[in-house]
Amino acid sequence: MTALGPQRTPIFTVEGISKRYASNVLSGVSLRLHPGEVLALTGENGAGKSTMSKIVAGLVQPTEGTMTLAGHMFAPKHRREAEHAGVRMVMQELSLVPTLTVAENLMIDALPNRGRWCANWIDRKVLNAAATQQLARIGIQGISPDCLVSELGIGQQQMVEVARNLKDGTRVLLLDEPTAMLTPRETQHLFSQIERLKVQGVAIIYVSHRLEELRKIADTLAVLRDGVLVKTCPMQQVTEDNIVALMVGHSVEQDMHKPRRPQGPCALQVRALGRARAVKAVSLNLHEGEVLGLAGLVGSGRTELLRLLFGADRADTGELTLCANRKRPAAQTQVLGWRSPQAAIAAGIGLVTEDRKSQGLLLSQSIAVNTSLGALDKLAQHGWLNLVKEKALAAHMVKRLSVRSHSVEQAVGTLSGGNQQKVIFARWLHKNCDVLLLDEPTRGVDVGARADIYAEIEAMTQAQKAVLMVSSDLRELMQMCDRIGVMSNGRLVTILERGQWSEKSLLDAAFSEPEADLPEKTDRD
Amino acid sequence: MASASTPKPTAASRSQLGTYLGLSAVLVGMVLLFTSLSDYFWSQATFVAIANEIPALLVMSIGMTFVLIIAGIDLSVGSVLALSAAATANAILLWQWGAVPASAFGLLVGLVCGAVTGLISVAWRLPSFIVSLGMLEAVRGGAYVMTDSRTQYVGSAISGLAKPWVAGVSAAFFIAIALVVVAQIVLSRTVFGRYVVGIGTNEEAMRLAGINPSPIRVAVFAATGVLAGLAGLMQAARLEAADPNAGSGIELQVIASVVIGGTSLMGGRGSVINTLFGVLIIAVLEAGLAQVGVNEPSKRIITGCVIVAAVIIDTLRQRRTSSH
Repeated sequence: MTALGPQRTPIFTVEGISKRYASNVLSGVSLRLHPGEVLALTGENGAGKSTMSKIVAGLVQPTEGTMTLAGHMFAPKHRREAEHAGVRMVMQELSLVPTLTVAENLMIDALPNRGRWCANWIDRKVLNAAATQQLARIGIQGISPDCLVSELGIGQQQMVEVARNLKDGTRVLLLDEPTAMLTPRETQHLFSQIERLKVQGVAIIYVSHRLEELRKIADTLAVLRDGVLVKTCPMQQVTEDNIVALMVGHSVEQDMHKPRRPQGPCALQVRALGRARAVKAVSLNLHEGEVLGLAGLVGSGRTELLRLLFGADRADTGELTLCANRKRPAAQTQVLGWRSPQAAIAAGIGLVTEDRKSQGLLLSQSIAVNTSLGALDKLAQHGWLNLVKEKALAAHMVKRLSVRSHSVEQAVGTLSGGNQQKVIFARWLHKNCDVLLLDEPTRGVDVGARADIYAEIEAMTQAQKAVLMVSSDLRELMQMCDRIGVMSNGRLVTILERGQWSEKSLLDAAFSEPEADLPEKTDRD
Repeated sequence: MASASTPKPTAASRSQLGTYLGLSAVLVGMVLLFTSLSDYFWSQATFVAIANEIPALLVMSIGMTFVLIIAGIDLSVGSVLALSAAATANAILLWQWGAVPASAFGLLVGLVCGAVTGLISVAWRLPSFIVSLGMLEAVRGGAYVMTDSRTQYVGSAISGLAKPWVAGVSAAFFIAIALVVVAQIVLSRTVFGRYVVGIGTNEEAMRLAGINPSPIRVAVFAATGVLAGLAGLMQAARLEAADPNAGSGIELQVIASVVIGGTSLMGGRGSVINTLFGVLIIAVLEAGLAQVGVNEPSKRIITGCVIVAAVIIDTLRQRRTSSH
């Protein structure tokens, strides 16, 4: 890593950038980036990292502020314009077309053809040669340009995505959580590519909240909190604890080291539950009044496990048992899990899905409709809706969860992510479930709403509910959970108790199972 | 991330009201246009003729509205219409049944056809487009078998449906209007209607909220079958005969009426009242163009343009309300 003196002129600057949606997402952020520098942009989920990178890449326009590239004004109106100027972004969600080959994806904006008269004939030889060259340039071997993208592993897809954005003339490269889906070996590989780019003078903005990585790769650190840039400094000057404190805004000691909640009697027993290669013989006990976290990489089978516990999918092996409690005199065992979500719900289980837009909400329908969904039997008489009762219920839940909205008639699709998530919570809260399964409950949720959701989870544990929570945010798990289970390639490899864990031990466990023959493309997670 | 939009509180109901007003404006405009173009259009005879023309189309459109709201489609309604009429005719002519049991039998045949379409598409998770396309062929074949490929004259046995009732308007018209009201209430005020809209909006979300979509889907197709059967009876009553070719191609007219009424082919949005407007617009257009003396080819060209124009306007309006 080279020490970069202030005397060098920056290639890229950001001056007083703000972005307002319903509320301020970014306020007055200024950054400076030199050729060959790696700037780590970090912060908690919802701190504004993604919005910042989208502004730089031209996907979103700032409300205020200016940017310059090599001394010139830079205000891209869309992604193509930014790419044209040499500012490219590798997105968190892959933007490859799975049904096309690697070569076609790499060259998608300039497919070589056979000249004027055969402009629609793709010249495969030239195409594949160009693609091979492009892959080789960043040192990727072993990916055939003829291969369909859908046949590649997630890690390889990520490398192709990177390769696609390393065209000639790239001056600023944004990487948004590039290692979220990579194995350690692939991560290592990516890092060596980044080193190579640095030598070539490409300026890199590296968005991540994996602190260990930032230490390895970044020259400069920029920390965002609630849309405000709280610190920029050379990487060597800060310790990990410092960074965390900067990200969270207060010392996290008390959250991270609060006592374990008293463990109640068993609520749900899972024995050797499995489905295909996604979930392999998972056994665990979930207790009343506790929050059990599930950590792991994307695609490690966490979402699939929750779906089995909820009856959204049927298991191939194993069984689950709802233990006896006040309402239920005898334990109830389900071989191969539930027959359907209805059965699970009837037994007092609720699921907040990972993807609230496609699996949770009726976006075009009102808050009231979404809140009462699944409880209409209680709100209706002889099949007739009681709209007055429904509205009253929704109004009550909106107040309790402080959902920001004009009225309960407002379409859910027009709410912010955090408020949408609260509406789904509302649906399960008034059903009074005994066991609540939460899949990434705070993904895309702003900081304020997140605090409300944490408070609701806390209240549920007070009421002796059992909570099983999947999250990719280790900090969130370490803050909320009493125990954290770690999944790796479909297996539940370990369950750590509060006090036993560290970020490192959780990550090590997440990478522990070899990535065998798992077909990633079928993974839902 | 926070969404950029903050629309007015009652955006949904306001857009519904807007659709009503828009459709009635189009309808009134068309009536005025034809009145100015033809001396004979503005007369009781014209409106009575329209009222007696539309019941079959209208009852099928009611069913189709529900089918489109669950993001399905039923192409077999025309064939079901013919088969139900044929079954009723057979019951009267061959088995000497009375008008009431024979009609009930016709409706039952419709119910079975619709239920089969629904069951097949649910059981094998097939698009209803394909299943109902198959049913369109198969059921039409059934109608030929039942009628021996000839028009079967049933005489006045079930003509009560088509007899003038009030001011020359047949009972069928009033039945159809009553069904519109009932269907609209079912759609907007019952749990079943709520589930129908929910399934059309996001079936997976409904399933994960603990609602089994399959029986609701089957019920919607079965109801559409019954309504197509009723349409068959209405037609047979008017013609006093069961024609094996009856209603061929009418499914497209039905779909056009529903779509003009603003029901989305993508599912999740629709209203039976608006479908009534769609049917009226199609019927007024037909009658008006005929009175003005437009020939058949031009009539079809104009009708086609009106269908597409109506949907373009509706789409633009929807986009505007949802992007505020």
